[in-house]
Amino acid sequence: MIRFDAVTKQFPGGTVAVDELTLTAPTGKITVLVGPSGCGKTTSLRMVNRMIEPTRGTITLDGQDTGRMNQADLRRGMGYVIQHAGLFPHRTVLDNIGTVPRLLGWDKKKTRDTSRELLERVGLAPELGERYPAQLSGGQQQRVGVARALAADPPVMLMDEPFSAVDPVVREQLQDEFLRLQGELGKTIIFVTHDIDEAIKLGDQVAVLRVGGRLAQVAEPAYLLAHPADDFVADFVGRDRGYRALGFQEAPRLSLHSEPTVVLGERPEPTDAGWLLVVDDDRHPLGWVEPRRIGDRPVAEADLHRGGTVAREHGSLRAALDAALSAPSRRGVVVDGGGVLSGTVLAHEVLNAIETTERPQRDESDPVHGGAAALRGDEDTP
Amino acid sequence: MTWLADNWNTVLTLTWRSLYLAGIPLVLGFVVSIPLGWMASRWSRTYPAIITTTGLLYTIPSLAMFVMMPVLLGTKILDPVNVIVAMTIYTVALLARTVADGLNAVPDDIAQAATAMGYRGARRLFGVELPLAAPVVAAGLRVAAVSNVSIVSVATLIGVSQLGDLLVDGYNRVIWGELLSGIIACVLLALAFDAVIVLGTRAVTPWLRVQAARA
Amino acid sequence: MINSIWAWFTDPVNWQGEDGIPHRTLQHLEYTAMAVLLAAVIAIPLGLWVGHTGRARWLVSLANSVRAVPTLGLLLAATLWLGAYIQSDLAFTLPSILVLGLLAIPPLLAGTYAGIEAVPPAARDAALGVGMTSGQVLRQVEVPNGLPLFMSGLRSAVLQVVATATVAAFVGLGGLGRFLIDGIALGDYPQTAGGAILVAVLAVVLDGVFALVQRGVVSPGLSGRRVGGRGKDSRSVSVEADRSSTDAPTPVAPA
Repeated sequence: MIRFDAVTKQFPGGTVAVDELTLTAPTGKITVLVGPSGCGKTTSLRMVNRMIEPTRGTITLDGQDTGRMNQADLRRGMGYVIQHAGLFPHRTVLDNIGTVPRLLGWDKKKTRDTSRELLERVGLAPELGERYPAQLSGGQQQRVGVARALAADPPVMLMDEPFSAVDPVVREQLQDEFLRLQGELGKTIIFVTHDIDEAIKLGDQVAVLRVGGRLAQVAEPAYLLAHPADDFVADFVGRDRGYRALGFQEAPRLSLHSEPTVVLGERPEPTDAGWLLVVDDDRHPLGWVEPRRIGDRPVAEADLHRGGTVAREHGSLRAALDAALSAPSRRGVVVDGGGVLSGTVLAHEVLNAIETTERPQRDESDPVHGGAAALRGDEDTP
Repeated sequence: MTWLADNWNTVLTLTWRSLYLAGIPLVLGFVVSIPLGWMASRWSRTYPAIITTTGLLYTIPSLAMFVMMPVLLGTKILDPVNVIVAMTIYTVALLARTVADGLNAVPDDIAQAATAMGYRGARRLFGVELPLAAPVVAAGLRVAAVSNVSIVSVATLIGVSQLGDLLVDGYNRVIWGELLSGIIACVLLALAFDAVIVLGTRAVTPWLRVQAARA
Repeated sequence: MINSIWAWFTDPVNWQGEDGIPHRTLQHLEYTAMAVLLAAVIAIPLGLWVGHTGRARWLVSLANSVRAVPTLGLLLAATLWLGAYIQSDLAFTLPSILVLGLLAIPPLLAGTYAGIEAVPPAARDAALGVGMTSGQVLRQVEVPNGLPLFMSGLRSAVLQVVATATVAAFVGLGGLGRFLIDGIALGDYPQTAGGAILVAVLAVVLDGVFALVQRGVVSPGLSGRRVGGRGKDSRSVSVEADRSSTDAPTPVAPA
């Protein structure tokens, strides 16, 4: 657990980059620092591993004051991922990954094995191990940067806009894989970004900072979307708050309609319906077809309309609504955990469900910290 | 320094000789290096060949180069042409690479935009690419100019008269005034070349001044 | 004329003894080594310090401005001045070696300093962030990344010294320059031309050797050599890094 206690950073010219920041980053969770340029998010992050020293206040790591620890030792115990990866151009990818183990004195074989394993874990082909960073694409370099941070299995990871420098498609892949990794590893992560959507997607807890380095609000994403503490946070979080908040609410038991189907490659039963759902042999939905265009002949792949998204049975309301809105037939396809068709749902049924769902309770006593109480609660022992 | 006062005219004459013995190769070399550098940057397969050859020429010590000119040109050893040709070769050797690298540094999209607008060949080179490469090329020119002034003083050893004479004569007859005058004159000449090039570059690249002012 | 030069080369007398080609070549190499070492002792630590801490950059500009001084003038002035204080034969060599060392400092300093500066800032930040001490950052990251530019500076320095040592024969230094200077004094053109060819060959060979050393010592990740198979994933590093590894060293004023 990392705790900021009234941490302030004032630079020699007089600029206050971080102003009395008090924040707890719970163990095993992702805490995202987000805000506009000049809000002190990167400065705050860099004070954790003392790349920048605080002017006032303390930062504690599991109760120990980081200011009293040996700097190099502190840093070797934390994974550090930065925006342009910062790989060493003169070392191979594997050697880059093995940097911290090398510093810690691990033996060569163990380092090499760990490096290879991590390379695979971040989704890169083994052949890339002997290449040099200049031969890798931006997304690949970023993955190597993450692997390097993980090499010595540090309990804490500090990540400074690690996915900002790649294009949106790659960024989404990296974010999804990052979440998958975190699901396996459960590290304490402080993550900096300027993108509120990334913050909401990745964070267990989101801290919004305003220009001048003051904490505007810290809360779980759903709470943040539902109860922004003031106008600045409301503006920063942006539009579509309601819609995005749906992404965090599990769909209650929706009553599903059974849906007539046809298996790909077979002839459809005669029907009046404008659209017919096509499935494969295992009843996984593949797409929609228009029966009047097919007529009597077997359904072919070329006939498929793939426009509709598919929602999982206990997934979010947002997915269910999107499935209904995007299907050409206006009937949202719902599948079970194994991807097998469960039934369909209509848009107005999802909306009904939304109206009955409860929003997170607002903590009147502490708008700024209220939304994070649940995460903080079990960590209160110093 | 009394020596300087007494021999002012000589110093001026010799300075003038150094100026053109160093200056002419600078200009000639610059002119020759443009097409060479352009070739090397345009057809990247020729880059290693051109740059390696010019690099090799640059490796040869200047005194050796002066002395070998009579063999190549059929001139007498005392002939100033030896100096001019040798130094032109040096200037080309240095600048070809600078021009090539400067042109290579022009961002691709600008060059392509120019082509799309109808600029081709020489017009594009002189109208777009060279001006943009000017800072890099100018840096090379400055090194070449200062080099040339220093190298040319060595020509006294092969009997070609210029400021180097003051150095050698001052040494031989142990006249410190003369020796020091020679050194200072060379330094001033080098600085003058440098200043002219800097001013010239500024005149040719007005957009850089605006950028600097805004920053 | 070519015949007489060839005759000079094939005359066995010229290959023997103190005035012979082998001995003079060796001398030339010795002087070069001494001067470069002398310069290195000053320029490398200084360059590392300026590059690593970012302070006193004016030192590099100062060193570069030394190039405006004519090398012949420095040689003559130094010999005249210092020669008065030295009794033995050293009076002919020591001032020259000092000047040669002095002239080798600017390219070596510039190369060292530029090399350290050229380290990508992200890599330096990451190095500190993963827990390297300042010394480790220097040794493990900055020096290896600075090698291309450093080698470039080293090659320039060596060429500078080889060239100036040739001229220094005028003030009594031995080495291959002796053939040139003596030949001019005696009006013996074959000797002069022979000396010139020898010096040229020596310079080219020496530079070639250093080029090979550079290739061996600089990491392939920096020099742009193709590594790790074919296909669209295998591509060489940008031209930017390549500049430092091609055969031509960074230009400097030879004398």
